[in-house]
Amino acid sequence: MTSLPDTTKPGQKKLGLVIDLDICVGCQACATSCKEWNTQGYSAPLTDENPYGADPVGVWLNRVHAYEVDDGTSTNVVHFPRSCLHCETPACVTVCPTGASYKRAEDGIVLVNPDTCIGCKLCSWACPYGAREYDYQEGVMRKCTLCVDRIYNENLEPEDRQPACVKACPTGARAFGDLGDSESAVSKLVAEREGYDLMPQFDYKPVNKYLPPRTRKDKPTPKAGASLLDVMPEAKTTADRLFRWADRLLSR
Amino acid sequence: MHPAYSVILFTTASGAGYGLLALLAMVAFAHGPASSLAYGLTTTIIALGLITSGLLSSTFHLGHPERAWRAFSQWRTSWLSREGVAAIITYGPAVVFAATWSGLLPWPQFIAPAAAATAVMCLVTVFTTAMIYASLKTIRIWNHWLTIANYLALCLATGGILLSFLTDLFGRGQMFLYGFTAILIALSIAFKLAWWRMADTTPKTLTPADATGLKGKVRQWEVPHTSANYIMKEMGYTVARKHAAKLRRIVLAGFVLAALCLILAGLLPLLSLLFSAVALLSGGLAVVTERWLFFAEAQHAVTLYYGADAA
Repeated sequence: MTSLPDTTKPGQKKLGLVIDLDICVGCQACATSCKEWNTQGYSAPLTDENPYGADPVGVWLNRVHAYEVDDGTSTNVVHFPRSCLHCETPACVTVCPTGASYKRAEDGIVLVNPDTCIGCKLCSWACPYGAREYDYQEGVMRKCTLCVDRIYNENLEPEDRQPACVKACPTGARAFGDLGDSESAVSKLVAEREGYDLMPQFDYKPVNKYLPPRTRKDKPTPKAGASLLDVMPEAKTTADRLFRWADRLLSR
Repeated sequence: MHPAYSVILFTTASGAGYGLLALLAMVAFAHGPASSLAYGLTTTIIALGLITSGLLSSTFHLGHPERAWRAFSQWRTSWLSREGVAAIITYGPAVVFAATWSGLLPWPQFIAPAAAATAVMCLVTVFTTAMIYASLKTIRIWNHWLTIANYLALCLATGGILLSFLTDLFGRGQMFLYGFTAILIALSIAFKLAWWRMADTTPKTLTPADATGLKGKVRQWEVPHTSANYIMKEMGYTVARKHAAKLRRIVLAGFVLAALCLILAGLLPLLSLLFSAVALLSGGLAVVTERWLFFAEAQHAVTLYYGADAA
């Protein structure tokens, strides 16, 4: 049923991810482990077309972008993993004509039933976050399942009962938990680091939160295109540079 | 947005079919039975044929057409489902109307109620089609009441052009019909010009900084793919601006020519069939081009993640 469940009741479970843009290094481990798990689990097969050819196309439920951010004083690169945000009021669910797209009342996970999806693609049109990708070979829509087939899977060890992307992240940039519970570790992390919603203008109320890059305590990195002389006017020898480096390190 | 040919064919063919059926029903409501069985059956069968072929072609772009019946279930929330339901309901009064108005079934007392229900349901169905697009917040230029006005006006205008040609074919061309259709075309042009103005002048308010929540000037640095993915193919399609400008002129020229031909058909009854046939061709070309542009000019918010600087 594509009518949304009532998620306003107190204590409503809202499972989701918290993604720390400060420590993501853009290694793609989350994306590849997502692909690996989901091509054998609930979303299987997560198809690729022409995988070894000149123009390979495939379905990915998680993609890692990188953006250059110029804040006026410095230019930095921010790695930006992007997947379904499991919104509280998602339009992708309500536009679905068949009921294949649905939001679970018990934990808020947004899923597509691949056995009833007609492949009309309207849900992907309704999503501003690009979370849904169409599987041309299977003729159905695919999306992040929050590894629903891992997190409740009693065949796995308790510590493995979390999404594949979270397990795979080598820097701990991804956390999984109940964002409906203000006492949960993820909720505390969001409160502490001022986690935010992507494009709140759409009012779809994403559950997943993003933690902003921290303000740098050392000297700002030079803006792109700045002259080397502007950066280190007095560093002329290797020793000078070594002292500059030590100075930067100690002044953190 | 990627202009899927099946969707262009569906919305233009069924749009003209619903417009034709609605106009026939309005005429029947006012004037009673069709002038002949052949005329009544030909016009209503063409209208229902266009609607049906349009509906069938809309299933061609589905990944699983055999599951299309499931789309009737979610009318509580989904405009696409409502469109399917409205389209099916319309067949009820439409078949009764076609059979009684043409004289196939000798029950003239049913003509008026069936005609009224048919006209209303035709417009309701086109309205639900327009709402599929107008309700999408992710596509700025679709999410506007002018989208609905455009779909309704174009459905009646193309239906009128078709009706003018068909009445001419039966030697029953009427000045009133030509004039009325020309007015519908003028109305369509006015709404289309207003829609284009809205599309060109409403500011793009979202930036990559909004999409990512990052503070500062945000620019795509590294892409998350090795070749164009589904999102880029489906949502990333936008027609080059200079082509859009040319195609807009083709749309305008096609509709203006159609309106002029219909006026000439009224003024020169001897050549009316020729003029209404030209009107049909140029109106048809214009509406298909218009529908292609409707998709190709639309920019989706997700493009912000893929290098667009505003949406």
